[in-house]
Amino acid sequence: MDVLFFIEVSLAGLGSGALLSLTALAFVLIYKATRVINLAVGEVLMLGAYLFFAFASGLGMPAWAAIPLAIAGGGAIGAVVERGMIRPMLGENPIAVFMVTIGLGSVLVGLVELTWGTDPRALPAFMGNAPIFLGEAYVSRKIAIAFVVAALVIALFLALFRFWRGGVALRATATDQAAAYSCGINVPGVFSLAWIIGCGTAAGAGVLLGAIGGISPAMGVFGLSALVVVIVGGLDSVAGALLGGLAIGLIEAWAGTYLGGEYKLVTTFGLLIVALMIRPYGLFGTREIERL
Amino acid sequence: MLIGTAKHSYRADEALLTTRPQRIWMGVLAVGLALAPLVLDNYWLYLACFVAINVASATGLNILTGFTGLVSLGQAAFMAVGAYTVAVLEIRIGTPFLLNLVAAGAVAALIGVVVGLPSLRVKGLYLAIATIAASFILHFVFVNWQTVTNGNSGLSVPPATFLGTPLTDYVQLYYVFVPITALMVLGAANLFRTRIGRAFIAIRDRDISAEVLGISLLRYKLMSFAVSSFYAGLAGGMWAYFFRVVTPESFPFVYSIFFLAAIIVGGMGTILGGILGAVFMTLVPELLRFVVDILSPVLPNAGTLLSPVRTIVFGALIIGFLVFEPKGLAEIVQRLRRFFHLWPFKK
Repeated sequence: MDVLFFIEVSLAGLGSGALLSLTALAFVLIYKATRVINLAVGEVLMLGAYLFFAFASGLGMPAWAAIPLAIAGGGAIGAVVERGMIRPMLGENPIAVFMVTIGLGSVLVGLVELTWGTDPRALPAFMGNAPIFLGEAYVSRKIAIAFVVAALVIALFLALFRFWRGGVALRATATDQAAAYSCGINVPGVFSLAWIIGCGTAAGAGVLLGAIGGISPAMGVFGLSALVVVIVGGLDSVAGALLGGLAIGLIEAWAGTYLGGEYKLVTTFGLLIVALMIRPYGLFGTREIERL
Repeated sequence: MLIGTAKHSYRADEALLTTRPQRIWMGVLAVGLALAPLVLDNYWLYLACFVAINVASATGLNILTGFTGLVSLGQAAFMAVGAYTVAVLEIRIGTPFLLNLVAAGAVAALIGVVVGLPSLRVKGLYLAIATIAASFILHFVFVNWQTVTNGNSGLSVPPATFLGTPLTDYVQLYYVFVPITALMVLGAANLFRTRIGRAFIAIRDRDISAEVLGISLLRYKLMSFAVSSFYAGLAGGMWAYFFRVVTPESFPFVYSIFFLAAIIVGGMGTILGGILGAVFMTLVPELLRFVVDILSPVLPNAGTLLSPVRTIVFGALIIGFLVFEPKGLAEIVQRLRRFFHLWPFKK
């Protein structure tokens, strides 16, 4: 086995793993605060990429203006969805809320197809193409940039959770809603905030992902891989999303290279089932105790 | 006005049809279904057969999700198992088609039990995701088990033969599929008059209490998976005889979502709901097609809009029903019935 090649594959895997972590973070944020698995994260990610496409290519904006706008667009979708669909469903069966987000995903895919058509497109280049070498190993510039950005964003989130009032409020809400309420935390506000930040993050991840592989209405499938990450890592654990994302990215890259591209998804899902059988609440998730 | 139905025995209370109007309407429905091919044209017969297949599968999913409370997003994958079983049996061995259909159900039930195994450890959303995983793994098997499934190019299925005549046109298929589906629905309705069905409902309502009451979760959860996949397998078998070609792409993941959406729209945990939901969700896209046909003189590219609009309407129906009418169409039917019962005293 060629060691250099193996290292290159692993680096590429870590790069896509970082994107997985970022997307998984969107799941975790929303789940932590509101106990909703938002299956539409993949579709919000796709929408973010298309918004960037519209601003950068359609309106001719420079990347530094288009990216924040795309992220803000994702956040706006999150806010609307939270107020319009999730808030009225509070207290309903979690499966029902889960299904609402599946419906939302379908609506978003339809809207994107209606507006931009079904053909895949390429995002305007804004990262440059010059390859990067780590020692002797070649890394695609886009993947390297995606990795760095994802790492920075995740670090920022970790810092925010630790030190920012909003982050602390979010953790308090996740731990005990009623207690958080009685301490004067605006719980509905935290719900909205979590959805806005979660969907904004997903939209940002969409821009990065689109820059690497082009955009198409089928991009939302990436959300399924990210879902595997959060299940393996534990639905309410930021660290789990982080490590799970990197691990799944690596394993997917290895499986894709050494077994063949068709083994990518099946390895991921096989891993998921194994993880579920060993630790049903995820590697770092909180174990829920059920009482009669 | 109907005041109430007095019942004098447990038998009467457990009966499927309790009132005279119910019996009359069921009779009308049966006669209507039997005579329908005389008035329907080929297009509507095609739709009727397709609806029958979807009703069978949705009823199966309703047993699992609506009555047992185990959410599954793998129903289409189980249908695919059934379809492949039928295709392989028909091509390789040429056994009679009714036997093939039962075999399809049996194989799917077997796979269903295996997929259901995680349900003992995980539940709710985690289980739903485990079934997603299982369906992707099955898809992988269909693509890569070349010797049996012929990979991506799929298998073409010879027509079903019954008493020496091949069933090729939609009238013949209608008279085969609709009775099978009717029997399956009847079986599902009867299931919930037995100990097994009631155990399912107990598990849905609170599985820990059910276990305390002496219901073996292991047995009944797996049994629910088996029954539900049996229905899916049979429906998949009919699907194979109907479209006559089975490929891995015939049963996409979104088809599983379709079934879950159908029982949500119809009403989870009612037999009527599974039927209404499957009919509704199958026919709405067709209605959209008519709308597009009408609009096409006004809108130049109406045809290209059809597919995205269908996707949007599909999602909007799921959201709309869950937010505004969580009990589904079955509840609307109940409300209508109540209206006529109470009329003219209550509006």
